Amino acid sequence: MRRIYFDHSATTPVHPLVAREMDHFLTGDNFGNPSSMHYFGRIALNALDEAREKVARAIGASTGEIIFTSSGTESDNMAIHGAAYTNRRRGNHIITSAVEHHAVLHTVRALESHGFDVTILPVDRYGMVDINDVEAAITDKTILISVMHANNEVGTIMPIAEIGRLAQERRITFHVDAVQSFGKIPVNVDDLGVNLLSLAGHKFYGPKGVGMLYVRKGTPWKQTMLYGGAQEHMRRAGTENIPAIVGFGKAVELAVEKIDEESKRLITLRDRMIKEVLDRFPHVELTGHPNLRLPNHVSFVFRYIEGESMLLSLDMRGIAVSSGSACTSGSLEPSHVLLSMGYPHEVAHGSLRLTLGKDNTEEDVEYFLDVMEPIVTRLRAMSPLMRNSDANIPAE
Amino acid sequence: MYSEKVMDHFNNPRNVGEIQDCSGVGEVGNPVCGDIMKIFIQVEDNIIKDIKFKTFGCGAAIATSSMVTEMAKGKTIEEALKITKQSVADKLDGLPPQKMHCSNLAADALHKAIEDYQNSQEKK
Repeated sequence: MRRIYFDHSATTPVHPLVAREMDHFLTGDNFGNPSSMHYFGRIALNALDEAREKVARAIGASTGEIIFTSSGTESDNMAIHGAAYTNRRRGNHIITSAVEHHAVLHTVRALESHGFDVTILPVDRYGMVDINDVEAAITDKTILISVMHANNEVGTIMPIAEIGRLAQERRITFHVDAVQSFGKIPVNVDDLGVNLLSLAGHKFYGPKGVGMLYVRKGTPWKQTMLYGGAQEHMRRAGTENIPAIVGFGKAVELAVEKIDEESKRLITLRDRMIKEVLDRFPHVELTGHPNLRLPNHVSFVFRYIEGESMLLSLDMRGIAVSSGSACTSGSLEPSHVLLSMGYPHEVAHGSLRLTLGKDNTEEDVEYFLDVMEPIVTRLRAMSPLMRNSDANIPAE
Repeated sequence: MYSEKVMDHFNNPRNVGEIQDCSGVGEVGNPVCGDIMKIFIQVEDNIIKDIKFKTFGCGAAIATSSMVTEMAKGKTIEEALKITKQSVADKLDGLPPQKMHCSNLAADALHKAIEDYQNSQEKK
């Protein structure tokens, strides 16, 4: 069966060049511990330094500001927890947005139960944070602002540079979860004005199980979560995962190399998919911002259909997508992102996300459109929410 | 995650539709939780002669709706009342644990349709 992968926001395949470099550190003499002084250790340390240089160069940082972690989630946890406790004497107020990833939201909620005050900023119908709301939320106790660069569910790109300027003016530590945006739109720590920034390797054709936290020099931040050895300049204990870090470094290099060209290509595919879906199917809305969205990100709500049933139907025809419906999340609540954007529950249950990647072509998009048509018709014909007068199908 | 039987009933659901002038209708669920099922029954001589459903929901919601109509068709009212959530799930070779609660409402919808039929009989 023809298989098409449209779920690159969930994860990406490892780039063959990344796999090749990683393989090199899984075999032969390249197994050393970078903390060891001997020959084997020096090989590993060299690889670690090289990867760090690649990452620093790609985001406009210096090597001393790069900490390798196990995931985007760990980076977010470390960033927020560390900034909160390091600044505890200055204040206890944290600002974040309603549409953050759970790695941020749940960390902030946990801090709330330990005496921190939290403001969760609302978003507009596109999932966008308003800079005026950020400014209005700041108090003399505010010590941390954490806002994602681009949203994973609806692709909306936040006004990070503006928030960064504001945070700098007020001397508030600013964390950005750039897990979804890196490799798709430019991520430069100075342009964005961030103190802390999180990345995850597997979102841009790197391996799983490796992430990065950028910590700007001079940021009042100490690691507060892991006790152990002096790795990563005493900021992340635990022997470094050298093969994964090497892969991360290579993936970062490849991601920025052709970003302009690839983004253009993806935007063309993305916009064609959006236009065709909205033209062909009634009662469908694009979710997220129409223009200020990730180049590879397509997301809709299909009224009168539940997301999981669309996902399953597409999967049976070889197309992999995702949905923010309750049924796919393992909870009873549909996506907190769509609810925050003002979609009612029954509409949020009908969400469908298609995130494109380097191997997707125009033919893939055509194939999806052809496959989707009978699926929508079939599921709507079955839906008690669909009145016959609404249908593009004959009444029974 | 789903059994082959669930996928079969999801993909080729039996008895989809509505019955005009039916003997009873049962509706359960709500749009908030993401599953709504509506079951229509046609009863003659205490036997469920025809049964149809409409469902908005996930794979499990659609498959259990389809299965319950298959199980109830041709049965007497008393036999149909013995169909439970568990027996529907068993007939589908099981459901994932989180689906047992949220999406396994079809037996309830059937019981409501029977109740609706019985209420209308009492009025006659």
